[in-house]
Amino acid sequence: MMPLQNNRDVTHKIAYISVMTALAAVTGYLEQLIPVNFFGIPGVKLGLANIVSLIALYIFDAGYAFIIMLLRVILIGAMFGNMYAILFGLAGGTLSILVMTALKRTGLFGIAGISAAGGVCHNLGQLMIAVFTLDSLNLIYYVPLLAVSGTVCGLVTGITAGVVCDRIGGTGFNESGG
Amino acid sequence: MRNYIKRNDIILISAILLISLVFTVILYKGMRNGDRITVYVDNKTVGEYPLESDGTIVIEGYNGGHNTLSVENGYAFMSDASCPDKLCMHQGRISGEGQLIVCLPNRVIIKVTGGKDSGPEGRGEGGYDAITE
Repeated sequence: MMPLQNNRDVTHKIAYISVMTALAAVTGYLEQLIPVNFFGIPGVKLGLANIVSLIALYIFDAGYAFIIMLLRVILIGAMFGNMYAILFGLAGGTLSILVMTALKRTGLFGIAGISAAGGVCHNLGQLMIAVFTLDSLNLIYYVPLLAVSGTVCGLVTGITAGVVCDRIGGTGFNESGG
Repeated sequence: MRNYIKRNDIILISAILLISLVFTVILYKGMRNGDRITVYVDNKTVGEYPLESDGTIVIEGYNGGHNTLSVENGYAFMSDASCPDKLCMHQGRISGEGQLIVCLPNRVIIKVTGGKDSGPEGRGEGGYDAITE
């Protein structure tokens, strides 16, 4: 994040985080309305909210992306889900943002590849929590399906985020965030 | 329109898919074949059937729903279900120990068991609803 020199920067930061969090929360909510299920596996989702995490990661930085993910998961979980939903969301979101940040810093990969890896890690993070909370190692049989679905959904969200970043990148939207 | 997928991205995605393929092969090669299937409804064992003999079993699920379980050539699969989404019917054919077919609306779980140390084990039960969150 940029060093905060004055109140104007702080205000900017709060405003951007709020707007992006609202966007992420609405996207997450809309996604729940879409009855998509690819492999007959409960829990496979498109991961539309990941679009917002990616945009935050590209237009701002990892700190913004993490705070927005945290707020989104707690908001959506408290409104529509339960403790488990929050736990699952935090595990998937944290792992995915960590890996996407690391991959982005290497400078080798484009937004689609980074997003695909993030999608897979999101699923793996959730699966790890599922293995612990259900105490059932049998769930690792879902890993191949979750890897494939994470890759496909990650590609789609990555390209979408790439298009959005290109459109808003030059509009001054990111003037304080860098 | 600009191309958003770089060459490195394709390498990265191929690597991810390759790793999961290797993982899958190791996972399923190391899997022992079970010799029977155990049927749970609402976390209670309602029946055990051998995988050796072909047959069809109608399972009375929770809340009046029903599932039809078929055993054919050592594989178990759902051949019919009363629920609208029929997700359990798309979960494929199972024969390896520990593999599952789950039908959430009817609270039916089919699990392949077998070997000496099998049985319900007390794991994997009582919480499958959490996966849907």
